[in-house]
Amino acid sequence: MSQTNTERLRIGALVAVIIGLCMFPFFARPYLVEVAMIFFIWIILAQSYRLIVTVHDWQLYHVVLYGVGAYTSGMLAKNFGFPVFLAIPMGGVMACLFGVMITLILLRTTGWSFYIATFGVAELIRLTWLKFRYPFGGSTGIISIPYPPVTGGIDFSDSIPYYFFSLVIMLVILYLLYRIEKSRIGDAFKAISMDPGLAASTGINIPRHRLLACAIGSFFAGIAGGLLVHRLGAVDPKLFDIHTMLYLLIWVVVGGTNTFWGPIIGVSVMYTAFELSRPLIQIRPAFFGLAIIFVLLFVPGGIESLISKVAAQWQKLRGVPATEVG
Amino acid sequence: MTSQLLIQTIANAVAASSMYALIAVGLTLAFGVMQMANLAHAHVFMIGAYTVYALYALGGWPFWGAVAAALVVGAIVGLAIERTIFRPLRGDVVAGFIATAGLMFVIEVFCGEVWGWGHMRTIPSPYMRPFKIMGASVAFQRVLVIPFAVVCIGGLMIFMRRFRLGRALRAVAQDPETASLQGININMMTALALAIAGALAGIAGGLMSTIYAVTPALGGHLILPALIVVIVGGMGSVGGVVLASIIMGFVMTFVTTLVDGVTALMVSVAVMALLLPIRPQGLLGRVTN
Repeated sequence: MSQTNTERLRIGALVAVIIGLCMFPFFARPYLVEVAMIFFIWIILAQSYRLIVTVHDWQLYHVVLYGVGAYTSGMLAKNFGFPVFLAIPMGGVMACLFGVMITLILLRTTGWSFYIATFGVAELIRLTWLKFRYPFGGSTGIISIPYPPVTGGIDFSDSIPYYFFSLVIMLVILYLLYRIEKSRIGDAFKAISMDPGLAASTGINIPRHRLLACAIGSFFAGIAGGLLVHRLGAVDPKLFDIHTMLYLLIWVVVGGTNTFWGPIIGVSVMYTAFELSRPLIQIRPAFFGLAIIFVLLFVPGGIESLISKVAAQWQKLRGVPATEVG
Repeated sequence: MTSQLLIQTIANAVAASSMYALIAVGLTLAFGVMQMANLAHAHVFMIGAYTVYALYALGGWPFWGAVAAALVVGAIVGLAIERTIFRPLRGDVVAGFIATAGLMFVIEVFCGEVWGWGHMRTIPSPYMRPFKIMGASVAFQRVLVIPFAVVCIGGLMIFMRRFRLGRALRAVAQDPETASLQGININMMTALALAIAGALAGIAGGLMSTIYAVTPALGGHLILPALIVVIVGGMGSVGGVVLASIIMGFVMTFVTTLVDGVTALMVSVAVMALLLPIRPQGLLGRVTN
């Protein structure tokens, strides 16, 4: 099988998935449409998280930056009368600023203490929302956040238009991140994630690239927050606690972070399991805890590495010399 | 603040410092030996508290017997974590970190399923009578943990300096490769470190179980202060942990008494965030490459 053939197959599959996603809301129950919107938000979170953790370091503040985007966008729209479609990118900008600030504060901390310090700093931001009833609403959070208005004759507060709105945003973000991955900057990112010492010796400015990765990833996390808050119409600190962060971490690692598709596979599989296990809500965390321990011990590359292994076996069976998959 | 309240708050602060020290010293010990530590360490504390609940409050054991059992259970849990997670993932700091994050979920669900979700388990105190210092009455059970912390951590420091096994532990912390060339069994040392860490967390959980409302969320509440203590003190430094525990215990207790618990945690994290840009290795930590 030639490379172009594989490429064609991949593009075909992608088009089929997009067509499927476009048909989905017209056939699914309303509840599933809502679930799908949250799924898109998780895909954005997972993909932007992968960018940061592969280039910079593992961190536990991503979900809180998603919260920063949600709070900023919600408060701008509610208290200052910003139009929703302007408030969402402003949430992204704010999350980006916070992400860069945290990175700068913890620039000299490395390894295990860096992971823990990011947890602490994230908790400081989250506790600020919890502590100040004005303007953040304390533990009950903020309610009656405006829905998007009727634009061009389409009522975006309805579920199907908002579904398409979030679908388009997700696809645009995925496209941008894919282009970044395939660009020169993406090559530099990959070099840094594989061997920082060697990357530095070839003239790549590591601190600048790491900061750039944090800025881009945090910006998209903030956008995801804006998407969430204008659908829920409410926001509270509980949404962004360490449990949510651990779920994101687990799903991304279960999927695998070596290629662009890993986190998407991870979130697709694990989010489905998450929704299906709703009746077992009490013991559900243990399932994900055991899943991550199992994956780390026995499948270190995540689900994506299994898929590429199977694909390599398949090519071998067909008598074609194995090519680099992914 | 009246002088009576001041004395009570100081007593509480010293007790809190002792508890943080007992939890964090295990984390720092494990970090010294393996460059990583158990994120679910406060959950071992919680298991210790539940052990005392099960044996003393339900099973009718004498209080001290139950606390001793909590120590043994904590050590066994520590050994189990070393064998199943840290040994296979040796050298991979990220994987160890993520795996023990998953372990937090597992232990929380385990405790919830066995002892019930959302139920606060209050444990009757074996020592009801308060005692008086300078006109202020202090609950005896609150300060019970202080002598234990002094004895355990003092004992650990002597063990690390005077005994062959303790010196071997320090050798591994300094340079695992050279230590193993000297014939030190690295697997045994990491197991020892995790067992000591688990035992100290277990005994702290057992002693504090009469004060805290024991719920499956207890571990999640305690883990952040314990981790901040380790970072502020300096990873791998027992002396640093003692110093940071005292700072943390006083900050948390006084701010909680004067303002509220959320503010106390915010102040502690802010202290950490201000310290790290200046001293990334913590107060007494060694600079490592």
